[in-house]
Amino acid sequence: MSLRIQNDHARFKDIVRGKIKQNLKSYIKKGELIGKQGKDTITIPVPRIELPHFRFGGKSQGGVGQGEGKPGDPVDGEPQEGEGTGKAGQDAGEHGLDVELTLDELADLLGEELKLPRILPKGSELVTERIKYTGINTVGPESLKHFKRTYKQALRRQIAVGSYDPKNPVIVPIREDRRYRTWRIDQKPQANAVIIYMMDVSGSMGDEQKEIVRITSFWLDAWLRRNYDGLQSRYIIHDAAAREVDKDTFFHTRESGGTMISSAYRLCADIIDKDYPVANWNIYPFHFSDGDNWSVDDTRTCLGLMRDRLLPVSNQFAYGQVESPYGSGQFIKDLAEQFGKNDKVTLSEIKDKDGIYASIKDFLGRGL
Amino acid sequence: MPKKLSPQYLEMQQRIEATAKGMGLDMFDTFYEMLDYDEINMVASYMGFPVRYPHWKWGMEYERMSKSYEYGLHKIYEMVINNDPCYAYLLESNAPVDQKLVMCHVCGHNDFFKNNFTFQHTNRKMIDEMANHATRIRRYIDWFGVDVVEAFVDRCLSIDNLIDVDSPYITRKRKEIASGETSEPLDRKRELGLLPNTKEYMERYINPDSFVASQKKKLEEEANRQKKFPGEPERDVMRFLMEHAPLERWQVDVMDMMREEAYYFAPQGMTKIMNEGWASYWHCKLMTEKVMDSSEVIDFADKNAGVMSTSRQQLNPYALGLALYRDIEDRWNRGRYGKEWNECDDMAERRLWDKQSGLGREKIFQVRQIYSDVTFLDEFFTVDFCREQGFFAYEYDRKKRSFLIDTREFETVKKKLLQQLTNFGQPLIAVLDANFENRAELLLQHTHEGVDLDAQYTHETLRNVQAIWSRPVHLMTKVDERKVLYSCDANGLTEKTIS
Repeated sequence: MSLRIQNDHARFKDIVRGKIKQNLKSYIKKGELIGKQGKDTITIPVPRIELPHFRFGGKSQGGVGQGEGKPGDPVDGEPQEGEGTGKAGQDAGEHGLDVELTLDELADLLGEELKLPRILPKGSELVTERIKYTGINTVGPESLKHFKRTYKQALRRQIAVGSYDPKNPVIVPIREDRRYRTWRIDQKPQANAVIIYMMDVSGSMGDEQKEIVRITSFWLDAWLRRNYDGLQSRYIIHDAAAREVDKDTFFHTRESGGTMISSAYRLCADIIDKDYPVANWNIYPFHFSDGDNWSVDDTRTCLGLMRDRLLPVSNQFAYGQVESPYGSGQFIKDLAEQFGKNDKVTLSEIKDKDGIYASIKDFLGRGL
Repeated sequence: MPKKLSPQYLEMQQRIEATAKGMGLDMFDTFYEMLDYDEINMVASYMGFPVRYPHWKWGMEYERMSKSYEYGLHKIYEMVINNDPCYAYLLESNAPVDQKLVMCHVCGHNDFFKNNFTFQHTNRKMIDEMANHATRIRRYIDWFGVDVVEAFVDRCLSIDNLIDVDSPYITRKRKEIASGETSEPLDRKRELGLLPNTKEYMERYINPDSFVASQKKKLEEEANRQKKFPGEPERDVMRFLMEHAPLERWQVDVMDMMREEAYYFAPQGMTKIMNEGWASYWHCKLMTEKVMDSSEVIDFADKNAGVMSTSRQQLNPYALGLALYRDIEDRWNRGRYGKEWNECDDMAERRLWDKQSGLGREKIFQVRQIYSDVTFLDEFFTVDFCREQGFFAYEYDRKKRSFLIDTREFETVKKKLLQQLTNFGQPLIAVLDANFENRAELLLQHTHEGVDLDAQYTHETLRNVQAIWSRPVHLMTKVDERKVLYSCDANGLTEKTIS
C-alpha cells in the first residue's frame, strides 16, 4: 500500500529541489560538496525551509539543566533532543536541513539550471545485454514454471467447472493451466567516455588556482558521468615535463618548475592512441593552466599537436585558463587565434571562484 | 494497513485498563492500532492523526523521522491522541514488554486528557474534525490551485503561535462601548461614579472637586481608549486578522481551521511536564506493582532508564514531571506542607518530619486536575527539590562561545524555568493598534521579558503577517536593551531604534 503521506513527501522533495536549484550557484562557488561525498550520494545543506515563527533567539535564552558541575563549567555543547519516547513534531527543528541527493540527481539539477543539452554519444558497437523477465506465457521450459500463477489458473478453472470443493481444497493443475515466465533480451548501446584532465602545476599555480580547477572538474565529472555509463578519468600533471598521476596526486601536488604545455599534450595523445580507440570512445581532454607557457616555440608545438593528434579524435577539447597572481597568460589568445572557429575547441577564462559557474556553462553548453 | 489488536494484546489491554481503573484512573475508551514503522512514522508526522490536510511540512517531518529511524537514532514507542474515544498506536516490531509499558503509559495520558482542566475545552472529536479540515483544504486546492492555497496555509502556520492560550479559561474584560451622549444629571452623576447625596450643602464634602475632576479624567481616558482599535491589546492575533484583514472567504476559512488546530494543540504545550510526568508515574506504578512478569524486569528497567535519563543541556519532561509527582505524594503522605512545615527552621526536625497524613495519592489526583505546567512548577518546585535533583541554570557565554553553568541558586533556576514555560514557551505578542499612524497600518507589540526574539525568524514572520494584512506591519520589541521598531511593507523590512 502506498502511504497517504507520499504526496506530502513528494511535495516536500520538490520544494527542496527548487531550493537547491536556486542556490546551485553558491554551492558551486563554495565547493563544499566535494569533501562530503559518500559513495554515490552527497549531503547538501539546504537553507531553511521550515516555517518561520516569532520565537526566542536560542543563545540569549540560556536554559535549565540537571547534573554535576560548578558555576562556570561548560554544559557540553549545544542543547540536543533527548532520546526516547515522545510525541512527535512539537518542537521546531534546526535552522538548516541536510538533504541527501545522489550524484545523478545533482547532475540533473545542474543540467536543468544551466540548460545543458544532453550529449549524443558515439560508439554504438559496444553493446551490453541484459535478460529481463517481462511476462507470462503458456509454454516454456519447466525450470521457469510460475507456480503461483499456475495454481491460480487451476483454481480458476476448477471453480468454473465446479470441481472445486471448499471442504477439501485440492487443486490439481493440468497441462493447460501451466504458466511460464518469459523474457526479453535488452540491448543497450554502451557509450564509453574518457576525460583526460591535464593541469599545469608550475610555480605560478597556487592553492587557490588549484581549488578552482578542483571544483570545476568535479562538476564536469558529475555531468559527464550522468551522460555516460562507463566514464573513465585520467589525470596528467605537467610543469616542464608531464606525467600521469592518480586523482589524489592530481589535486594535491605542490607547484614547482616551469611550464611546457606541449609535454602534456604529447602524453595525452599517447594515452589516447594506446588505450582509447576513437571508434568506441568519446574523448574529452580538459586542460587547465594559467596560460604562461615557456616559449613561443613550445606554444607552436602545442598548436601542432592539437591540430594533428588531439582534435581529430576528441569530442571536445576544453581549455580553462585560471587567473594566477601573475595575471592571465597569453596561451588562451594563441588558441583563440588558431582554433577560435573550430567547434570542437572550447575556451574559457576563469577569473575566480565566481567565474566557475559561467565556465561550466561554457564547457558543457554545447552538448558535444 | 493498520491492524486491530491480536487477542493476546486485547486481553493485555483489558487487564491493564482494569488495573488502572482499580487504582483510580478515569479514562476514555481506548482503541489501539498496530502499525509498522513506515505507518507509525507517517502518523507521527501527522502529529498522531490518521488524516491531515495536504502540506509539505508533514513530508519534511516524515523524511526526518524515517531517516533517523533508519539510522537508529530515534524510535517512536508510543503515540496517543486526545480524543473520545482515545486512539493510541503501537509499533508492531516492539517486544511484548514494550507494548505493556506503552499501554500503561497511555492509561496515564488518557486519564490526564480526560481530567486536566486545560483540556476541558478541546474538541474530543478532533479526529473527525481533522479529516474535515483535510477535505475542505483539498477542495480549495481543487478550486484555486495548490500553490495559492499552500502559500496561504504557510502564512497561517507561520503565525499559529499568536493565539491567546488563556482565553478558553477566562473571560477577557470587554467593555460595551458607551452609548448616548446626552444623559440625565442623575445618570451623569452615576456615570462619573460620584457618591449618592441628597443634601446640596454636603456635596463639596462628599464629592470634592478634585475627586470629580479625577473621575472625569478617567472617563475621558476610557473614551480615548475606546477610540483606539483594538481597545485592549489583542493577543489572539490570528482571530484579529481573520476578522479584520482583507481576506477572501476561503482564506478566512483556512485561517479559522489553522487557528482551531492551534488551540487544540495548545494545552499539550501547556502541560508537557505534567502530562508526561503523570503518564510516567503510572507506567512505573502499574508495571512494577501489577502488570509485569518477573522475566520482564530487566527489559523494563532498561527502557525506563532510557526514558528517564536526564541531560545537562535540556530538561527531560518525563523525568521532571515524575520526580515532582513523587515528591508531592511523599510530602503529602508525611504532612510536609502548610504553615507549620514552611515555618520550621530546625533542620533535624524537618528531616524527621512525618505526620502520617497519608494524603499523597489524593493530592496528586487533585494536582493533575487543576494545575498546568506553570502553576505546577510555581507551586511545587521547592528549594529542597531543586537541590536534591541538582538543577542549575546556564547562560551562553559569548567569549567562550559555549553554554556555561551560571548558578545553582534556587531563585534564578526557578525564574528561568517559569520563564521558559510562560505562554507555552512562546513570545507574548499582541495587536496594539490596527490604525497605526492613522494609516491603517498594523502595530504588534512584543512584551519583552528578558529574552530577545530571533532576528531572522522575526523578519520572515513579519513578512508573512504583512502579506496577510496587506498594509504595512510593525513590531515593537527590544534588541540588546534597545527599543526597536521593525517595519515591514511590500518592499521589504526596515529597523529603527525608538526612544
